[in-house]
Amino acid sequence: MLSRKIMLMQGNEACVEGALAAGMRFFAGYPITPSTEIAEIAAERLPKVGGKFIQMEDELASMGAVVGASLAGLKAMTATSGPGFSLKQENIGFACLTEVPCVVVNVQRGGPSTGLPTLPAQGDVMQTRWGTHGDHPIIVISPSSVREVYDMTIRAFNLSEKYRVPCILLMDEVVAHMRERVELPDKSSIDIINRKKVASTLSDYKPYMDYDSDGIPPMANFGDGIPFHVTGLIHDISGFPSTNPKVTEDLINRLMNKINNNIGDIIEYEKLYMEDAETVIVTFGCTARSVLSAIRVLRQEGLKIGMLRLKTIWPFAHIAIKELMQSSVNTLIVAEMNYGQLLETVKASAEGAFRIYGLNKYNGELITPQEVIDKVREVAEYA
Amino acid sequence: MRKELEKYFRKDKLPHIWCPGCGHGIITGAVIRAIDNLKLEQNKICIVSGIGCSSRAPGYLNFNTLHTTHGRALAFATGIKMANPELKIIVLTGDGDCSAIGGNHFIHAARRNIDITTVVFNNSIYGMTSGQYSPMTPKGAFATTAPYGNIDRNFDLCKLAQAAGATYVARGTVYHVPQLIKLMEKALKHKGFSLIDVVDICPTYFGRRNKMGSPVVMMEKIREMSITARTAAKLPPEELSEKIVIGEFYEEQAPEYTEEYAKVMKKAQGGKLNE
Repeated sequence: MLSRKIMLMQGNEACVEGALAAGMRFFAGYPITPSTEIAEIAAERLPKVGGKFIQMEDELASMGAVVGASLAGLKAMTATSGPGFSLKQENIGFACLTEVPCVVVNVQRGGPSTGLPTLPAQGDVMQTRWGTHGDHPIIVISPSSVREVYDMTIRAFNLSEKYRVPCILLMDEVVAHMRERVELPDKSSIDIINRKKVASTLSDYKPYMDYDSDGIPPMANFGDGIPFHVTGLIHDISGFPSTNPKVTEDLINRLMNKINNNIGDIIEYEKLYMEDAETVIVTFGCTARSVLSAIRVLRQEGLKIGMLRLKTIWPFAHIAIKELMQSSVNTLIVAEMNYGQLLETVKASAEGAFRIYGLNKYNGELITPQEVIDKVREVAEYA
Repeated sequence: MRKELEKYFRKDKLPHIWCPGCGHGIITGAVIRAIDNLKLEQNKICIVSGIGCSSRAPGYLNFNTLHTTHGRALAFATGIKMANPELKIIVLTGDGDCSAIGGNHFIHAARRNIDITTVVFNNSIYGMTSGQYSPMTPKGAFATTAPYGNIDRNFDLCKLAQAAGATYVARGTVYHVPQLIKLMEKALKHKGFSLIDVVDICPTYFGRRNKMGSPVVMMEKIREMSITARTAAKLPPEELSEKIVIGEFYEEQAPEYTEEYAKVMKKAQGGKLNE
């Protein structure tokens, strides 16, 4: 019989526990509210399991150190919030291009700039996708509960290792600081994915050669005995700089396609109360909790309301929107704590198939269940 | 080049991108000769660079090599060294890369005394972007962004490193090659953060704009201006303003960062940390 492990746990704490379960053995960070607990707990827990923690001199350095440690073979993570996430962007782009697995936690707070350091927001949706310059692949997932922080941190490592791409765990201040009763799964039941290694029989290793025709080259570690070169310049399959248009195009295509060809594996979403729904609230993160409360009230009144909760934010779940087109749904409300970042993407995805409204709040306060209820009633009047 | 040094190069990546007369090849050659003299294991060396002309050097060298973002070589290098302390880490960087955009990482890597050897290709100019002034450009010198003469005061990188906590600090030049190799050997053998500030020449962008003559003349100028640290110590400061002081400035045995972290791990695993 599996032993049950029940505890009262904070989101940031669950993040570190999940990371350790996934095999994180390196963390570099810099203090920033509301993510600091992740660094603090990592500093205590990592050396106990033979892992390494370092507090770097700034956010840029911590992102650089994470990439370095991952290249040397350790599963590596950093955690930050808006201002720090902005500073990390160049080295996140480096990891995208050089295909170095790593997990970046962004505990969102109010912005722009220093903004509202201690208050919640979901204003980094677009930055997680396009924060670093140039066309690049990236995976962003967003949890709504403490238990889900645990599970999604493991998933972030798994996706990152599997696809050799940075994975952003997009949290928010509410989920990060909230404490909930959590029952953690037995370690033996957790699936762990490790990066594809270079076959020992392989001679003349080319670090960016698509040996398995799946777009994901196997990865050697610095120090393994196979010397190789890594550069942030556009490179050929041997890893060396190239300005050849064909080489450039092939590389960008492979980077994008290794994500685009696997969206079925990467994209996750949750649908609730959908069987007869006519209005669906699209949401994610902490806002989903208010939405769910509101839907339970509205359902008692007989209103046909459902919820589409995005667990994967990027790549965007176009498939989920397309599914709604085959149903009784005629209205979407996109609820998010920002000025409408996801709303625009949903509109583009829907191609005019629904009436679409935004429920947006960006004043440092949560969207309450009552506000969701009010919005649903307001929208119903337009019908 | 001696036959036995060829294994250290990725010969198919040569010739290099550096201009005729550039000193970068001399410094790269000195690094390789020091490695060879010390018989260091090739697979256990990791060479990390930032952005700039000098930071292209690792691409030509047959080791684990990492060409990072501008100024961040030491941050990436710190992650590698922490992850695998068995690796010998060498950072190749330029004066702009190291002391301007990378200045923060430089002083903090020195402060931690992490076992990394940093070699600065100090040619007083941003070469890759064709000749803007760096924090190492002498006051009064001309650059594309200092058309009326540079008013910035330049760093003494060796003093900066020492003040920040580096435990081996030396300066060499591209003229005094045997000495440069010896300094690099000492730096590579040293446990802790070591800096070799190498006075270099950029005939194309610094020399031309400052009417310094051919690369040979620029090299002769380095020879004329250089005095040893020992001689400099006996001279009054005003006589040193036009001099390049070369040699060893500082050496200290101090706790190395990854070894200190190994102790942390031991302590944590012994349950001595507050639970």
